[in-house]
Formats: sequence, C-alpha cells, structure tokens
Amino acid sequence: MVISKKPLQFILAMTMALMPIVNFANSTNDSTVVEAHAAPKTEEVAHEEGHGHAEPTDIKSQVKAFTKHHVLDSHDFTLYSDFKEGKHVGFPLPVILWDNGLHVFSSSKFHHGESVAESNGNYYVINHHDGKIYKTDEKGTIHEDEKTGHPSNARPIDFSITKSVLFILITAFLMFFIFVRLAKSYAKNGGIASGFGRIFEPLVVYIRDEIAIPNIGEKNYKKYMSYLLTIFFFILFLNIFGLTPLGVNVTGNLTITFSLAILTFLITNFTANKNYWGHIFWMPGVPKLMRIVLAPIELLGVIIKPFSLMIRLYANIFAGHIVLMSIIGLMFIFKSWIGSTLSFGLSFVLSILEILVAFLQAYIFTMLSALYFGSANEEHHHEEAHH
Amino acid sequence: MDKLINQFEFGLFFWQVLIFVGLILLLKKFAWKPILDAVNDREEGIKNALLAAENAKKDMQNLKADNEKLLAEARAERDLMLKEAREIKEKMIADAKSEAQTQGEKMIDQAKASIESEKNAAMAELKNQVSSLSLEIAEKLLKEELSNKEAQTKLVEKMLGDAKLN
Repeated sequence: MVISKKPLQFILAMTMALMPIVNFANSTNDSTVVEAHAAPKTEEVAHEEGHGHAEPTDIKSQVKAFTKHHVLDSHDFTLYSDFKEGKHVGFPLPVILWDNGLHVFSSSKFHHGESVAESNGNYYVINHHDGKIYKTDEKGTIHEDEKTGHPSNARPIDFSITKSVLFILITAFLMFFIFVRLAKSYAKNGGIASGFGRIFEPLVVYIRDEIAIPNIGEKNYKKYMSYLLTIFFFILFLNIFGLTPLGVNVTGNLTITFSLAILTFLITNFTANKNYWGHIFWMPGVPKLMRIVLAPIELLGVIIKPFSLMIRLYANIFAGHIVLMSIIGLMFIFKSWIGSTLSFGLSFVLSILEILVAFLQAYIFTMLSALYFGSANEEHHHEEAHH
Repeated sequence: MDKLINQFEFGLFFWQVLIFVGLILLLKKFAWKPILDAVNDREEGIKNALLAAENAKKDMQNLKADNEKLLAEARAERDLMLKEAREIKEKMIADAKSEAQTQGEKMIDQAKASIESEKNAAMAELKNQVSSLSLEIAEKLLKEELSNKEAQTKLVEKMLGDAKLN
C-alpha cells in the first residue's frame, strides 16, 4: 500500500495543513447550529425551573455533559441515550436509602433524573450535576449553596446498587469464577493449569516473583500475597471494563481508589513491626533534635503514601476516560471526513494507550502496596546496612 | 480539593469495602492458596527433577571415570605381566645359554683330557710296540744274520717295508 515513506509523510503533512481550513468551516457551521437552537434554548431555560437541570442543546455541550456524566457513578445502567427524543436505553438499578428507615425502590422512579421519586412519604431527587440523591419536597426543589453551587438539601445515606457497585459485583464474581476454576484445574491436570484461567497464571507468578518477593522479602511475602493478587486483578479487570463500550468508570472513582488505598494503609500499619514504628517516631542514627523534627514528617509520610496511591489511580483512569470521551466526541463535532477520521485514529491510538495504562496502573498500585508492606516488615539489620 | 471530597460517596465505599474484603477472603481460601501451592509444588518438582538429573549425570560420569580407571589399571597390569614374562623368558634363555656353554666347555675339556690321555696311552703303547717290534726285528734279524746275509738283508728290507705299511 505504501509506495515509499515520503508520499505518506507528504499526505500526512497535507492533511495537517488542511485541518485548520476544514476546522474553521466546521466551527462556523456549529455556530449556526447554536443560533438555530437559540430559540428552543430559551424555552429550555424556562423548563429548567421545574426540573432543576438543563438539557444540553448543541452537540458540544451534549458531548461535554455526556463525558461528565460518564465518569460519574449513576443509579441506572444506560447503554445509550437519544437526547433529541429524551430516550434512554438501559435498565434501572435498585435504590437503597437509609433515611430514618430503609427505603428500597427502583431507580426507574426517577425517570433518569427527570422526576421526583416518592418512598414512604419522603421525596427524593437525583441532582443532575453530581448524580447524587437529595431529599426534596413534592415539587423537587433544590436549594443551591451560593458559594459553592452545590445543593444544600439534606442527603440520605445512599446504599444503592449503583452502576459502580454492579460492576464491582460482576468483577468479583468473574474473578471468583476464573481463579477458582484455575485453582481446580491444577488438581485435575496433575499440577499444570488448564483452561481459560491459565492465561492468568504467568501474572500470578509475576506478582509473586517480581512484586512480592523483591519488595517484601522471602520471609514475609506469603501473608500479603492474597491481598496483592486480589488488588492487582481487581484493578486490572475494572480498568479493562472501563475501556469497553459499557462505559463504566469504577477505578476512576475517588471512593473506590480511597477504599483500596485505605486497605493498603490499614494492612501496612497493622502488620508493621517495631522497626517500622521506630523509624517513624525515633529515627535511629540521626541527632536527637533531628529525631523530633523528623517524627511529624515521617508520620505525615505514612498518610501521604496511601493518599498518593488513591490520587494516582483515580487521576490516571479519570483523565484517560475524559480524554478518550472528548476525542470520540470530537468525531461528532467535526462531522467532516478528515476531522472525524483523524479523531477516530487518535481515539484508536489512545484506546491502545489506555490498555497499557490499565495494566500499568494495576501494576503500580500493587507494586507500591508491596513496597509499603515491605517497609513495614523491614528487619533490623537492613537499617544498619545503610547507616 | 472540595470537589474531590464531594465525590466521596459513603454507600459506594461501604459496598466496595464489603465486596472487596469478601473477595479477598474467598479468593484466599478457594483460589490463591491452591494456585500458589500448586505453582510452588510444580516449581519444587521441576527443581528436584533437574537436581536428580544432574546427580544422575554426575553418577554416570563417576562411573565412567571409574571404568576408565579400572581399564587403565588392568592394561597397566597386563603390560607389567607381559614385561615380566619377557624378562623371565630372556633370563631363562640366557641361563640356558650360559649353562649350555659351561656344560659344553666342560665336555670339551673332558674330551680334550680323555683325548690327551688316550693319546698318551696310545703313544705309550706305540712306544712299547715299537720297542717290542724293534726287539723282535732285532731278534729276527740277528737270527737271519746268523743264517744268511742276503736273506738277512732281504728280510730287513721286507720287514721295513712291512713296518712302513703298518
């Protein structure tokens, strides 16, 4: 297909050079669309009062809103939405609320955030901006805080099976199914793995040999293996799920990364030995005055370590989703064969990159957890070695 | 920061921790332990098998070395035996030769001695016979002399001729 490298480069350069022209032509086009929609938009504003949120009108803001909603957790599972007709294809998920008593109802009651749900005399509404459930009155009024713009309504404790919870459950069942089958295949096949699960065996061995043993040490690594293996595959599976068209963003959710990081934090500190605490509160080998100065810094480090774990995973996956969604959205904004093709190519390349990131982030989280466990289990003689 | 804190959702946190910790415990019992044990066992097995193979190889080599050593020893012994036999043979030949020589010399000496004595005896006998013969001749001569001179001369000549023939 390619005759030589030069013509290809030339074509690429030409398309890049032509891009602004096409782009320019398109954006003017877009502005007309906005103008054309201007009249219905005013109606929407009027409509907004009753509903508490605005339906996005032009494609750009639609894409923006869609991207924003995609990265948030949601109370129903939407496969795709038709904004023009206001149709959503998907299925509702159970809503479980604790608000002076248990309230269980289907999220279809909210009609995708468009109506107020009533349960045992209480009224609830989903806020369009953060996707969270707020307590409201019969009309669904939302009082917004003037400083932050967040609703100041009371919130029930929300134990709903949201999209994220659903996918955590699916991942848990999938992992259980795969790895129990893998475990059973050893006995059946004389110590050699068989079946689908065997593709994960190298990863299991890799985590043991390259992550757990070098970081924690031959002596103590065994008690952390279950945690490290579970967390690696859990993050990996959810990262990969996030890249499928199902559009879940579980590991890019701060609550999830927080809960994973806090587990690492708890395990690190509950299994830590004397030496670890000694290094924090009374650093050996430095002057006494320095020890007093170092103690709060080291103590801060104990909290910063899992905090960085939480932010790293969240930011990587969140950013990946936002960028990928935006570039896919560009296809619909450009609506020209050059722009859309280019953004398709770009999103394709980025998707591949995101697969790498999915593996990488799972690896980094596991690796750093192992590193922290290792530091909590460091033996005394190590300390003498570096002084 | 405020936005991040706002994203925290207690319900999701609750489910996540519940499911995740449950998953860890379940997988630990039903998956990770059997998998890691199986992988460990297999690795141990491979290690042992390799070690056994290595040992077998070493044993083979030892055996081979032993065999070669034995063979070399046997060869050396054979050579030694051959050499000894050759030496014995040569010694025997030399011995036999020297004995034969001495024996021969002895025999020659004896023969020489006996020849000498025989010769001496013969000489003595010859002397005796010559003396007796000469005596007889002298007697006969004297007898003939006494009878016939011609006949005596003839007789002497005849006798001398006889003696010559003898």
